[in-house]
Amino acid sequence: MKRLVVVGAGMATGRALEHLFEREPGRWSVTLFNAEPRGNYDRIMLSPVLSGEKAYEDIVIHDAAWYEAHGVECRFGTRVASVDRAAKTVTSETGDVVAYDKLLIGTGSDPFMIPLPGHDLDGVIAYRDLEDTERMMAMGAGRRVVVIGGGLLGLEAAAGMAARGADVTVIHINPHLMERQLDEAAGYLLRKALVEKGITVRCSANSTEILGDGGHVRALMLDDGTELACDLLVMAVGIRPNVAVAKRAGLAVGRGIQVDDRMVTSDADVLAVGECVEHDGALFGLVAPLYDQAKVVAATLTGEDAAFVPKELSTKLKVTGCDLFSAGDFAEGEGREDIVLRDPSRGVYRRLVLQQDRVVGAVMYGDTADSAWFFQLIKDRTDITDMRETLIFGPAYQGGGQADPMAAVAALPDDAEICGCNGVCKGTIVAAIEGGAVDLGGVRANTKASASCGTCTGLVEQLIAAQTGAAAPAVQPVCGCTDLTHEEVRRLIKSQALKTMPAVWQELGWKTVDGCHTCRPALNFYLLADWPLDYADDPQSRFINERKHANIQEDGTFSVVPRMWGGVTTPDELRAIADAADKYHVPTVKVTGGQRIDLLGVRGEDLPAIWRDLNEAGMVSGYAYSKGLRTVKTCVGTDHCRFGTQDSTGLGIALEKTLHGSWTPHKLKLGVSGCPRNCAEATCKDIGVVCVDSGYQVSIGGAAGMDVKETEFLIQVPTEAETIQVIKAVIQVYRENAKYLDRIYKWLAKVGMDWVRAQIEDPDERRALVDRFELSQSVYRHDPWARHAAAQAERYRPVASLALEAAE
Amino acid sequence: MNWIDIAALDEIPARGARKLTTAQGCVAVFRTGGDDVYALDDRCPHKGGPLSEGIVHGQSVTCPLHNWVFDLNTGRAMGADEGTVPTYPCRVEGGRILIDASRLARASAA
Repeated sequence: MKRLVVVGAGMATGRALEHLFEREPGRWSVTLFNAEPRGNYDRIMLSPVLSGEKAYEDIVIHDAAWYEAHGVECRFGTRVASVDRAAKTVTSETGDVVAYDKLLIGTGSDPFMIPLPGHDLDGVIAYRDLEDTERMMAMGAGRRVVVIGGGLLGLEAAAGMAARGADVTVIHINPHLMERQLDEAAGYLLRKALVEKGITVRCSANSTEILGDGGHVRALMLDDGTELACDLLVMAVGIRPNVAVAKRAGLAVGRGIQVDDRMVTSDADVLAVGECVEHDGALFGLVAPLYDQAKVVAATLTGEDAAFVPKELSTKLKVTGCDLFSAGDFAEGEGREDIVLRDPSRGVYRRLVLQQDRVVGAVMYGDTADSAWFFQLIKDRTDITDMRETLIFGPAYQGGGQADPMAAVAALPDDAEICGCNGVCKGTIVAAIEGGAVDLGGVRANTKASASCGTCTGLVEQLIAAQTGAAAPAVQPVCGCTDLTHEEVRRLIKSQALKTMPAVWQELGWKTVDGCHTCRPALNFYLLADWPLDYADDPQSRFINERKHANIQEDGTFSVVPRMWGGVTTPDELRAIADAADKYHVPTVKVTGGQRIDLLGVRGEDLPAIWRDLNEAGMVSGYAYSKGLRTVKTCVGTDHCRFGTQDSTGLGIALEKTLHGSWTPHKLKLGVSGCPRNCAEATCKDIGVVCVDSGYQVSIGGAAGMDVKETEFLIQVPTEAETIQVIKAVIQVYRENAKYLDRIYKWLAKVGMDWVRAQIEDPDERRALVDRFELSQSVYRHDPWARHAAAQAERYRPVASLALEAAE
Repeated sequence: MNWIDIAALDEIPARGARKLTTAQGCVAVFRTGGDDVYALDDRCPHKGGPLSEGIVHGQSVTCPLHNWVFDLNTGRAMGADEGTVPTYPCRVEGGRILIDASRLARASAA
């Protein structure tokens, strides 16, 4: 009999023993140590145990009878203290000494615990073994749990406890869930499914401290000051190979226990297997390669030649109702192409990554029925040239299948509001179409949908086409990433409450992975305008001028324009501007048409420094680069002018102070003239105010650029305060409805002055618009220069320099 | 190959770029939404625009000056425009960005 001592009774060593007893039955005398007080069970199935779909008994792999039948001496609940490789003995923590001919180490891995203050409090656990699972199973209705970690394990833990009725919050440091297995789009769908299960998901969240009460966890504190109360805190942020025994035994250890292709460690009589090993620099966490290793272990022990070869891996999440699959390599790379299929109506996302006519990676969400077929294509490196056109539809569609350009509209629920002006839902329109209203005029007459501002006309036409089978009229889509128009996208963002960019891409069936330079800035504006509190502005989806808060010039330098409220400045400000121009070697200083001073030719690296200097003199960003509030040009009004009827300068300054920082579909310039002589040229601005004896005349839709337009009269109001309210309301209607890059005059030509005036004249509507404008300003009315100079100055410098005398 | 560690991946925003200064001029180092990295000369062949300031989408970048779009893999202009930007091998290892400096060095010796 050969003596084998095994340290660790997990799935890898268990499988190795099975192979060993199969190959050489009755020839091995085995002693099996395990720190856990039980034998080998299917750890992967702990999640179904947690959610109540299985019991522990269902997941036992080796029971007492199996160990007895194979003559295994079990030392469960006993740790190994040391290994004497010279004497070839193992000493247990209880002092027993066991001799071996061969030693197999399968100590698995330890969960990584983030060393936050309070991590040793009672009620802070990992998700690793049956004990952890049992503690989580005690969390039912009325109990609050926080899970740190939005990876495979953390989400299974969260879903399991949510299924038991607990109130679960998942904290994830990355912007999207399971970022190692999933791309953004699939991560978005997964998050949506978890939220539907009642789980709160907070991405891009950093934990700072675990708070306790009487030695027991009470809450988790985030770096934004949020306190999340909890009765149990589960950390599922990753695992580390458990190498303690191997290290003490003096074996070669890197990140894991180093083994060769035969699973032999640096000692010829000691083998290792499973999550504790490092093979060719790689670690292993999924079961498939561990079982491959186990087979090699048995072969090596019985003196046969075998070598472990890592294979392609796939991942599936074991959460009921979240079908997702990822396999292979879905990173981008040279010669790699994506095929993306999104079916919003079924919540399906599929992405295949191709390289040299072969599938090298796949991410699927919502419908994973074909995952085995795709996985096989990856493993076999099948040439897919002949089925490329229809590949994405799966094996059943080889030879057919078409993406539906109207899928986004077809996917809408009946209660989705299509016409915002008249509050008409999809169901109402469909009913009208079924009732015989088969053209736009008919639908308008029957439902009033698209009968007001008209921005939903395209959607109504698509609904008619979808219902009657007629061809939808040709429209100009946003860009090549979608078949939808700007107006349709805006309407759908509102009616489906889409609050992130991945949500828009998925729900509206974007044809690219992450948009393009045309659609991304538009989507960024639509999302921040519609959901100021929920959506986080994405600098990477902004044109360079708005990303760096300065205007790029043809030679790659920038221009800097400090704000001069209402065009008024002081000697001190002028001195500071002159000093800055000297200090940063500004080649050109110019006065702009909007009554500002422009410093042209500033180097990108100098921007944070010049901003800091200007900030210190009390000046802030002039937003001269923005699709947003630019300038309010004024005349001197009653202050100095003998013709002035009102304080036009004061009104201009007040307007600029309250409006600055607001983003709009295109640039927004205002003018306030103190009398009809109109020295501030207010009637060729986007919004103009002309003061008269009896009050203030507000007109909109002027321009003096490629097109020259005179403003159209909107309304006259008696007071300065009301003028400001009217202007805020107009800007908000424009923000909420216009197409990105339409200035007011272009938008006005589409929706009509009557419609705009009706919004402004209705006192309730005006107040609601002002409130929404102010809500948005609570987020966006700030000086980006100060923020960037303080917190992001690093981003303006080169990331590194490869030469001491670097060229510029 | 002469791989040089230039920065942590996190120092470049996803769907963004940063400049790398070299004796030969500026190189733009890009990071895509899928966390892959690419290095190209930071100079559009059209009018010299700084590609590092462009919008990154998929595996492409759009020049901020006149919207030429380049494939980050090949450096070639896409669509109707014609032109190519030199590229340099670049990869991520253990959260660090490595660039192959051998061609930059060779250019320097020439």
